[in-house]
Amino acid sequence: MNTFDFEIIIERFPIFLKATIPTIQLTLLAITFGTIIGLIIALMKISQKKPLMIIGTFYTWIFRGIPLLVQLFIIYYGLPSIGIEFSPREAAALGLSLCGGAYIAEIIRAGIQSIDKGQMEAAYSLGMSWEQAMFRVIIPQSLKRLIPPMGNEFITLLKDTSLVAVISMVELLRTAQTQASATFKPFEMYVTAGFIYLMLTTLFTILFNKLEERLALSE
Amino acid sequence: MMVELKQIYKSFGTLEVLKDVSLTIEKGEVLVIIGPSGSGKSTLLRCINQLEKINQGEIIVTGQVVARKHPGEKEFVLPLKQVYKLREKIGMVFQRFNLFPHMKAVRNVAEAPIHVAKVPKKEAYERACQMLKKVGLSDKEQAYPAHLSGGQQQRLAIARALAMEPEIMLFDEPTSALDPELVGEVLQVMKDLAKEGMTMAVVTHEMSFAKDVADRVIFMDEGRIVEQGTPQEIFGQPTQERTRTFLRKILN
Repeated sequence: MNTFDFEIIIERFPIFLKATIPTIQLTLLAITFGTIIGLIIALMKISQKKPLMIIGTFYTWIFRGIPLLVQLFIIYYGLPSIGIEFSPREAAALGLSLCGGAYIAEIIRAGIQSIDKGQMEAAYSLGMSWEQAMFRVIIPQSLKRLIPPMGNEFITLLKDTSLVAVISMVELLRTAQTQASATFKPFEMYVTAGFIYLMLTTLFTILFNKLEERLALSE
Repeated sequence: MMVELKQIYKSFGTLEVLKDVSLTIEKGEVLVIIGPSGSGKSTLLRCINQLEKINQGEIIVTGQVVARKHPGEKEFVLPLKQVYKLREKIGMVFQRFNLFPHMKAVRNVAEAPIHVAKVPKKEAYERACQMLKKVGLSDKEQAYPAHLSGGQQQRLAIARALAMEPEIMLFDEPTSALDPELVGEVLQVMKDLAKEGMTMAVVTHEMSFAKDVADRVIFMDEGRIVEQGTPQEIFGQPTQERTRTFLRKILN
């Protein structure tokens, strides 16, 4: 009968910590580019210009509708056959940002549309253009409402970074895999990875709660 | 002539809100529009600054054609950029204030002058303070709208509109969302404004304001102008039965 081996966890923990760095980096990259993409797509979807609306809708349709894992396979294993090659890291960052962007676009769109119509009219009545009204009046007000769903999405992105293990990017889960086969202790190794993910998502949750509190105070 | 509306038709879906409405507003005139709710008064105001697009008719503001849509003729609609420009000349005050909740009072007033009229920041803030003083809010410069009473919020909204130095002010039921005891302070600001010679179009249920301040009163019902005249004419000897019925109801 095997018992849970804490010693091997302590012994291998530094390796796991090192593997946490690319996981965090990838998360931050995906959040940054996902948010930029999300904002652009959201604005396209609510713009009055039909072609932009169509592109925006098409984007979310594709990147929200195809499983992230399949997207990663297409980017990493598929695209090289038409001459587009990425390193595992690039493919991972690209896939997560594109997919995250689709979800973030929906969050931002909903946030913007939740602002009272009178705000846009007041901005217009003062001579503001659509862009000015959007960036000076509507978006700043929607930020506070965006915090909770964005926090959720960032946590999802963090967890989804584990998917890139399948395109052989060295990150937390991939490291757990290699350590599991090296030590013959899969249970301990995967639990360790799970524990670190849990700590990271907890950290995110606390950060976002703090942010929410601070923004709630500002009004 | 400040505003000319010719044979305006406007509908939302199948609902006809304005039917063959024509009116003019002279420079310096205070026009008060009264009528039951749903009679198209607010829509009429909103067509002037193009918050609503007309289906048919012609709108001319300060000599500039804003829209011209006559059956069988080529349509003209002012390009978007020029609509933005046009709105700088037309101040608007809304029933629900529509202040920017994330900006302090002074910023609410200075925002459009800075970013739309491109007035230097310092000057815009100075002017904003003057505007606040004018509406009796000198001590509220640093307050957020949420911390102001309804009457103060509406006066702030008036200051915000005035800061763009408009040539005409549109008031869309400015006191309808206010507690009765706060109505007076807003009407007083509007009276002062009228006295200064501001051109104003006011949709309101405040008949005393119409009597005291209006140069001309228009009574609308079911999307049409039923009757218009001086306050003495409209309130003293209305010629139309519908006007009489409405006034009897609202004055009792």
